[in-house]
Amino acid sequence: MQKAVKRIYMSIVFLFLYAPIIVLIVFSFNKSKSRGQWGGFTFDWYFDLFKDRQIREALYFTLLIAVISTLVSTIVGTIAALGISNMSKIGRTVVLNINNLPVLNPDIVTGVALMTLFISTRIELGFVTMLIAHIVFSIPYVILAVLPKIRQMNKHTAEAALDLGATPAYAMRKVIIPEIMPGIISGALIAFTLSIDDFVISFFTAGTSVTNLSILVYSMARRGVKPTINALSTLMFTTVLILMLIINKKTDKGEDIII
Amino acid sequence: MSKNLIELKNLTKRYNDMTAVDSINLTIKENEFVTLLGPSGCGKTTTLRMIGGFEDPDEGEIFFEGKLLNDVPAYKRNINTVFQRYALFTHMNVYENVAFGLRVKKVSNDEIDRRVKRMLKMVDLAGFEKRNVDSLSGGQQQRVAIARALVNEPKVLLLDEPLGALDLKLRKEMQIELLDMQRSVGITFIYVTHDQEEALTMSDTVVVMNKGVIQQIGTPEDIYNEPINRFVADFIGESNIIEGVMLEDYKVSFDGLVLDCVDKGFALNEPVDIVIRPEDIRIVVNPDEGMIKGTVTSVVFKGVHYEMIIESDKREYLVQRTVMFPEGSVVGMNVQPADIQVMKRGDVPCSKEEEEG
Repeated sequence: MQKAVKRIYMSIVFLFLYAPIIVLIVFSFNKSKSRGQWGGFTFDWYFDLFKDRQIREALYFTLLIAVISTLVSTIVGTIAALGISNMSKIGRTVVLNINNLPVLNPDIVTGVALMTLFISTRIELGFVTMLIAHIVFSIPYVILAVLPKIRQMNKHTAEAALDLGATPAYAMRKVIIPEIMPGIISGALIAFTLSIDDFVISFFTAGTSVTNLSILVYSMARRGVKPTINALSTLMFTTVLILMLIINKKTDKGEDIII
Repeated sequence: MSKNLIELKNLTKRYNDMTAVDSINLTIKENEFVTLLGPSGCGKTTTLRMIGGFEDPDEGEIFFEGKLLNDVPAYKRNINTVFQRYALFTHMNVYENVAFGLRVKKVSNDEIDRRVKRMLKMVDLAGFEKRNVDSLSGGQQQRVAIARALVNEPKVLLLDEPLGALDLKLRKEMQIELLDMQRSVGITFIYVTHDQEEALTMSDTVVVMNKGVIQQIGTPEDIYNEPINRFVADFIGESNIIEGVMLEDYKVSFDGLVLDCVDKGFALNEPVDIVIRPEDIRIVVNPDEGMIKGTVTSVVFKGVHYEMIIESDKREYLVQRTVMFPEGSVVGMNVQPADIQVMKRGDVPCSKEEEEG
C-alpha cells in the first residue's frame, strides 16, 4: 500500500516535469498546423527544418560555437584546475569562491554585463563576442568538474613519474592528464551541453549578424509558433538528453561529476 | 668494507619559521639498510624527500658517489622511491606501471618485457600483468610499487613508510619480503618509519631523529641497549628512566641507593639519566633479597609476558616477567650492573628553536 502511494506520487511529479516536453514532442509529429488539434502523424516538419536556410545556418553557428568554446574552455579550465590544486589553502578558497560566483550568478546579469563590456570596449557584437561569452561561462564548470579528479589522485603521483625519470612535461602528458581524463571529459561534455543550451547570454552577446538555434526559436516563436519550432525544440531536447545520459553513465562508473 | 654511497653534510630545510631538518650529517654505505626513525614531524620524511629530489635543501650538501647532487633534478637521479600509499598510476595496468620507468628511458620493447616479467615474478605478481591496479589488495599494490621502482635498477631505493597502510600481519610478512629483496638485489635501502619495532627488525643502521636533529646513529642493538639520551631510550621500546648521580666510575646513585654499573668517563657527582629496560628487572619473592623493595600495583597479561607496575617508596617501575606476582604483593627487585645504562643529561641534541625558546 505504502509502496503504491510512493509510486503514484513519483509518477505525478515526473508527469508535471515532463508533460510539457511530451506535448512538444507529440506535436512535432502533428500533421495539422493547429496547436490544439491532432491531424495525423507526419515527419514533414523535420524535413522542413533542413530545407530552411535560416535554420541550417543557426544550427551551423550553434555547433561551431559549441565545439570551439568547449575546446577552449576545457583546456583553460583544466590548466586552471591544476593550478588551483597546487595553491595554498587560503588562495584556493578565495579562487574557488571567485570561480563559483559566475555559476550562481543569474544568466541575465552575466549576459547584460558581457554585452556592456563589449560595447564599452567597442568590440562589435557578433560571432566572436558570442564565442567569447560561451567560453567565459563554461570555464567555471570545467574547473568544478576537473578539480575533484585531481583531489582524488594520490598527491605523490606526479613525483612518482619524475622519480621514474620522466621530465615534468612527459609526466604531465603521460601521467597527470590521463589520470584526470575522466574529469576533463565530463567538463567538456558539460561545457558542450551548456553552450548548446544557452539562450540568455547568447541573446545579449550575439548582436544582429549571427543567430544560434535558441535565439532563432525565440524569434520564430514571437512571430507565432510554427510546427517547425516544435520539431527543432524536440531535436535540441534529444541532443541534450543524450549528452546528459552520457555524463550520467560516466558517473555510474564511479567517476565524480558535479551538477 | 663497502664504500660510501650517499653523504649528507649539514643538510638543513626550513618551512617558514619551522626548521624541519636541522643541519644533519649522515653517511650511507653501499648495500646498507638504513632506517630513519622518529615521531611524526621529526624531519625523517623531509630528509628522504631531499635525497629523492622533491625538496630543495636550504643549506648543506647531498653527495651521491662523491658528486654533488643538490642541483640535479629528481628525474635525473639514479634513485627511485616507494611512496606513501604507493602513488601508482591508476589509468595503467600492473604491467604498464612497472614498465613506466623503462619506457621513459626508451628501452627496447623486448628488453622491457623481459625485465618487467622478471620483476613481477620476483615480487610474486606473475600473471597480474593485465590487472587494474585499483583491483589489487594493499599488499599487492605495495609490491607493484616496489617492482616499479626496482625495475630501473637504481643504486638506492627510498621507502617512505611503505608498510604504513597495511594491517599488522601483512606488515610483518612484507618486512621479511622486503629484507629478502634487499639482500637479493644488493641495493641500498633508505627506509623511513615511525615504527621502532620495524626499524629494529630490518635495519643495518638506525638513525633516530627528533625535531629535525639526529639523536643517535647505530646498529639496532646499540640503539636499544645503549640509548644515548632520554629521548632515544623512551622512543625505542619501553623503559624506566630515572634521574640519578654518577658518583665515580662504575658507581651510580639514585633514590638513596648506590649501584654498580659498567659505565665510566663521567665527572664526579655528575647528574645523569639512567635507563633500565622493563625486562631487565628481576623479581624476588623475599623483599629483603632485593636491591629495591616495592609493591605490585598493576598486572597486565601481554601474551609473551606479564607487565607489572611495582611501586617503591620513591617511584614506579615497569617490569616485564613471564612469572606473575599478584597485585598487592610486596617483592624485591634486582638489576644486573650491565643492564643499567647511564646517559649524559643535558646534551640532548635539539633544534635551535628549542634552545632559544
